[in-house]
Amino acid sequence: MAHGPAKGLRRWLFTTNHKDIGSMYLWFSFAMFIVGGIFALIVRAELFEPGLQIVDPNFFNQMTTMHGLVMVFGAIMPAFVGLANWMIPLMIGAPDMALPRMNNWSFWILPFAFLMLLSTLFMPGGGPNFGWTFYAPLSTKYAPESVIFFIFAVHIMGASSIMGAINIIATVLNMRAPGMTLMKMPLFVWTWLITAYLLIVVMPVLAGAVTMVLMDTRFGTSFFDGAGGGDPVMFQHIFWFFGHPEVYIMILPAFGIISAIIPTFARKPLFGYSSMVYATASIAFLSFTVWAHHMFTVGMPIAGELFFMYATMLIAVPTGVKVFNWAATMFKGAMTFETPMLFAIAFVMLFTIGGLSGLMLAIAPADFQYHDTYFVVAHFHYVLVPGALFSIIAAAYYWLPKWSGRMYNEVLGKTHFWVAFIGLNLTFFPMHFAGLAGMPRRIPDYHMMFADWNMISSIGALIFGASQILFLYIVLDAIFRGKKATGQVWEGAEGLEWTLPSPAPYHTFSKPPEIK
Amino acid sequence: MKVPMPSNPVTALCLKLSALVIGMFVFAIWILPPMYDVFCDITGLNGKTGGRYQAVDVPAVDTSRTIRVQFVSTNNDGMTWEFGPEVRSITVHPGEQTRIDYAAFNPTGRDMVAQAIPSLTPARAANYFHKTECFCFEQQPLGAGERTQMPMLFIVDHDIPESVHTITLSYTLFDVTDRFPELVAAMAD
Repeated sequence: MAHGPAKGLRRWLFTTNHKDIGSMYLWFSFAMFIVGGIFALIVRAELFEPGLQIVDPNFFNQMTTMHGLVMVFGAIMPAFVGLANWMIPLMIGAPDMALPRMNNWSFWILPFAFLMLLSTLFMPGGGPNFGWTFYAPLSTKYAPESVIFFIFAVHIMGASSIMGAINIIATVLNMRAPGMTLMKMPLFVWTWLITAYLLIVVMPVLAGAVTMVLMDTRFGTSFFDGAGGGDPVMFQHIFWFFGHPEVYIMILPAFGIISAIIPTFARKPLFGYSSMVYATASIAFLSFTVWAHHMFTVGMPIAGELFFMYATMLIAVPTGVKVFNWAATMFKGAMTFETPMLFAIAFVMLFTIGGLSGLMLAIAPADFQYHDTYFVVAHFHYVLVPGALFSIIAAAYYWLPKWSGRMYNEVLGKTHFWVAFIGLNLTFFPMHFAGLAGMPRRIPDYHMMFADWNMISSIGALIFGASQILFLYIVLDAIFRGKKATGQVWEGAEGLEWTLPSPAPYHTFSKPPEIK
Repeated sequence: MKVPMPSNPVTALCLKLSALVIGMFVFAIWILPPMYDVFCDITGLNGKTGGRYQAVDVPAVDTSRTIRVQFVSTNNDGMTWEFGPEVRSITVHPGEQTRIDYAAFNPTGRDMVAQAIPSLTPARAANYFHKTECFCFEQQPLGAGERTQMPMLFIVDHDIPESVHTITLSYTLFDVTDRFPELVAAMAD
């Protein structure tokens, strides 16, 4: 039973091992994170000063679109799936994922999807330039020829996500060690279980939306074309019916990670475990009732505006429960501030800022001013960068010793944190002011009055981007030169994964562990 | 009826989840769009007005109220026709049948087919604005250099909410020549 991995390239191509596949997901998402980051830096370079300097407006639009698509579908989502692959079997005492072959398949179709998506940039007419939300008719009537590759790339990414989600549900519901009841599962497993259900319900809707775009562009249907009796506003309803649960897909696993890290470094059990589970479930449920808050300005009746406004504000309640629980976990704890904890605390603070600007945007009458301005950009970057991304980085620092068997350099890790923290706030905080003053999104040029805020944002973006190169160095340095890590790794860490030696052996829990 | 399930719980679960995936895909393409249309039809939300109206027993004209009806016309992107109402605004009484003509001129050198799509504001008036005859019910073919008058007959319903004093009806003209080659062929004959 104790045979090791195959040698060479075949190990990675044909592996069905959850740890190998998890690592591939994580490296892939890091590569996509760098690619998407380069796109963002091109955008920020163009916006460094008013006027058109570096790229033409069409290419600028391709950069904003590709940055969004690559970061959402290439960086954040695969990173969470990679973490799920690595950690869920270790956390519930399972030998592997329930469907290991499908696991291999769902990873290996991803690089091809992104190769196809990125190749559109070199095609005549350029790549997608209609924003990551691909509103019709921008993505139908006015789309570049390459839209068809975008559509198939989204289909493949969706298929990959759906397979990953089915695998996670099958693993969590069938493979738990005896005694690991649902309410004993670590919160990361819980949040992923709920996320997986969200994925299964909404990814087919995204697939449906791109299919309808395909039919409208190639097969003469009129789903979104007014001339044939369709309605472009319907596209927005369908897209955001997918899109709003999607934003929770990108944040719920982050809640699970933070709920693992904070108790470890506060040396106290998580405050309010069961309320965390119920809060996660209510956020997931409510996420289906708020989609039209992305489109307050399409001309809804007042009743619709009020419904979506109140429903959106209702989500602040379970989210507030979570923030309160994390704060209460830290309260009077014996806290230490290793790198994962720094990222986790920054998550709690900065995600809350993003949540509060979300509440401002939820106020329907106020949204008419904020809509499509940089205030929206500031809002969702505050929930996605110090939210989703910081949780992933925190998870990487937290579990890297378990994965690689070696510790990272703490001084460099803390440097990474502070540079990234300063860079991100320099980048995104001024966007609030530019947006409130009326600067529109997705425009390559802007009025002189926004010049200072934009220059600060661009400098911050460069700092933030540079800090991620340091992150790559820290990880490689740890893997190849780091000090040996103990099995326990962190003094206050609890959970099945810490009962294993570091690095975790290729096969673990072949015999189910005993759950106390 | 009980659907037989595989005995392996993982296989059974995967089957159920796959059914959910397929169900949601079907829901997105075949159920959501018709549902959206029905919902908008009932509420008048997207400003679309109803189809041909058959006045059953025509009650007397309610001269105690007057409603201003404004007409707006827009050419969709790339549509080259000259298109517009003969009057921009008229005042009518509820229950009164009124005719308004739109003029269209095809200045191009080719035969074309157009489709007008209505939109009405405020949305709460949409279900009280009845068209007994309208050029928007079908496509309008127009030969090269030809012009035509396109009639629209409407009745504002007696039951229109008290708060509505002005109705704005907008037509957007789309070029649908590519979709109706048979109409173009008929013009050429």
